[in-house]
Amino acid sequence: MTTALKTPVPTRAEKAQAPKRRRSSAGYPRITPYLFLLPMILLFVGFKLYPYISAFWLSLTKNVGGDVQFAGLANYTRLLQDPLFFTALGNTGIILLVQVPIMLVLAILLAVAFNSAILKWRAFWRTSYFVPIVMGLVAYGILFRALLNTNEGFVNYLIGFIGIGPIPWLGDPMWAKVSIVIAMTWHYTGQNAIIYLAQMQSIGGELYEAAHVDGASAFQRFWHVTLPGLRPAIVLTVILSTIGTLQLFDEPYVLTNGGPDNATLTVGMYLYQNGFKYFDFGYASAIGYALTIIIGVISLIQLRLFKEKS
Amino acid sequence: MTDTNIVAAKSRGRSLVLTTAIAAGAVLMVLPFYWLLIATTYDAKEIFSTPPHFLPGTAFVDNFVGLFRDTLFGRAMVNSVLVSATYTVLGLVVCTAAGYAFAKFRFRGQGFLFGAVLVTLALPSQVTLVPLFQIMVSLGWLDSYQALILPNLALPFGIFLMRQTMYAIPDEMIQAARIDGANEFRVFAGIVVPTIRPAIAALAIFLFLAQWNDFVYPLVVLRTPESYTVPVALASLQGIGTTDYGQLLMGTMLSMLPVLILFLFLQRHFVAGILAGAVKQ
Repeated sequence: MTTALKTPVPTRAEKAQAPKRRRSSAGYPRITPYLFLLPMILLFVGFKLYPYISAFWLSLTKNVGGDVQFAGLANYTRLLQDPLFFTALGNTGIILLVQVPIMLVLAILLAVAFNSAILKWRAFWRTSYFVPIVMGLVAYGILFRALLNTNEGFVNYLIGFIGIGPIPWLGDPMWAKVSIVIAMTWHYTGQNAIIYLAQMQSIGGELYEAAHVDGASAFQRFWHVTLPGLRPAIVLTVILSTIGTLQLFDEPYVLTNGGPDNATLTVGMYLYQNGFKYFDFGYASAIGYALTIIIGVISLIQLRLFKEKS
Repeated sequence: MTDTNIVAAKSRGRSLVLTTAIAAGAVLMVLPFYWLLIATTYDAKEIFSTPPHFLPGTAFVDNFVGLFRDTLFGRAMVNSVLVSATYTVLGLVVCTAAGYAFAKFRFRGQGFLFGAVLVTLALPSQVTLVPLFQIMVSLGWLDSYQALILPNLALPFGIFLMRQTMYAIPDEMIQAARIDGANEFRVFAGIVVPTIRPAIAALAIFLFLAQWNDFVYPLVVLRTPESYTVPVALASLQGIGTTDYGQLLMGTMLSMLPVLILFLFLQRHFVAGILAGAVKQ
């Protein structure tokens, strides 16, 4: 107790008759919070803030014969006229619009099943659907590349049994996109189902009882109680999956390497190619900033939509 | 039959239908793992035979030995374990310290700093690929462990998670420790950190997984096969014209091992860690 008296700070705070929070905030040296933040600030400035600013500067430059020159908006105007960029953007958009809804609807249905008292051995099934998470992106890309092999693949062998002929999974522009959608759905659905399940378990049981008393069918209970209760989780997963898919890189890199004929080239891959295959740092950085703007706009639209509905 | 019997029979039927449907889906989820496991036991020439193998073969040891003899996969495993473990420990220190400052102190610039952390959550990390590469070139850090570890240590998501968790610790508890004469570091290490141990375990798993599986950034800053991490090594094995699929799939399977071990030993925290960081990498 005597040690507390040594510090003059509490007395000063008492004199000021400060509210409780102010007094507690005066109970430590002013520099303390900055010391706790120091590692973060240094790392943040050096490896986040500086790179972001540097990338913006780079996006305004051109490398002319080893000499970096200011080029104004040249990289951006080039971007707007680059058909390959729009191919990549279109591919990314198609995968986003197909994969995310399929995955999230499946995940909601799975979570309902996992939450249902009539499902037997619930914990066991939950783990089975969750286990794809243990595979890294490159590893499951390699695995699916082997499984989806057109001539010798396991998947084509299996669907042969139900009379579906061999599908050129990775060799056809349309099927290559389908392959990526299938692989991503396999990998991420269980994870999203667990998020929904966690949210579902926080919905009060009395809401369901009230609905039951009112004679609501199982579907009505799902529609009017479960879905509204899941709202926060749905908003979160939609926005995070969108941001994640717009940056898609690993899966197409490993599964299809962007092919066939650029059918699975994504914006992330196109950025990588320009930066580290052609070493056009300026153009790669412009693609990065275009991606930032697209992600920002789509996230804002999604937040808006979700807000207006409530 | 009484009414209750009919209801019971009906719900038994529903239970059977639902359980069967979920089981069928679970088979689809697990089948790729089964195929992988079987594939590692066959010689490269036999993996893609028709009809496919459903029972294990005899080439497991050959594939295992061959992978470590013919490729630098062993080195990649060592690199990945060292880098991921170091990254996890340092990342925990940076994120918990920053989270503590944001949650339990009032100071100038707090709102601005935290705002900056939040903004970077939504920014695509690919924007920084080129500048980070240039930084590593100018520091002479290509192919180095520190190039892999340092840039993502101040993980915005980790800082955010630690701040949220520490909010829940009552101020009175911290105040009491201060009055008892504990200095700020003792309060942090002795009171705050032990109180939020489950969240720290979850973040540790998240950090480890993020580093273990990271691909595009290591692909950019690692230039020689001796420095490759597991994902880069796997991708490069696949890229070789004469890929030995027995070895490649063996490596693919082994790359899951540390994660599986984490999963088995820390199942509860593992799920929490994945939930907490519900973000596609």
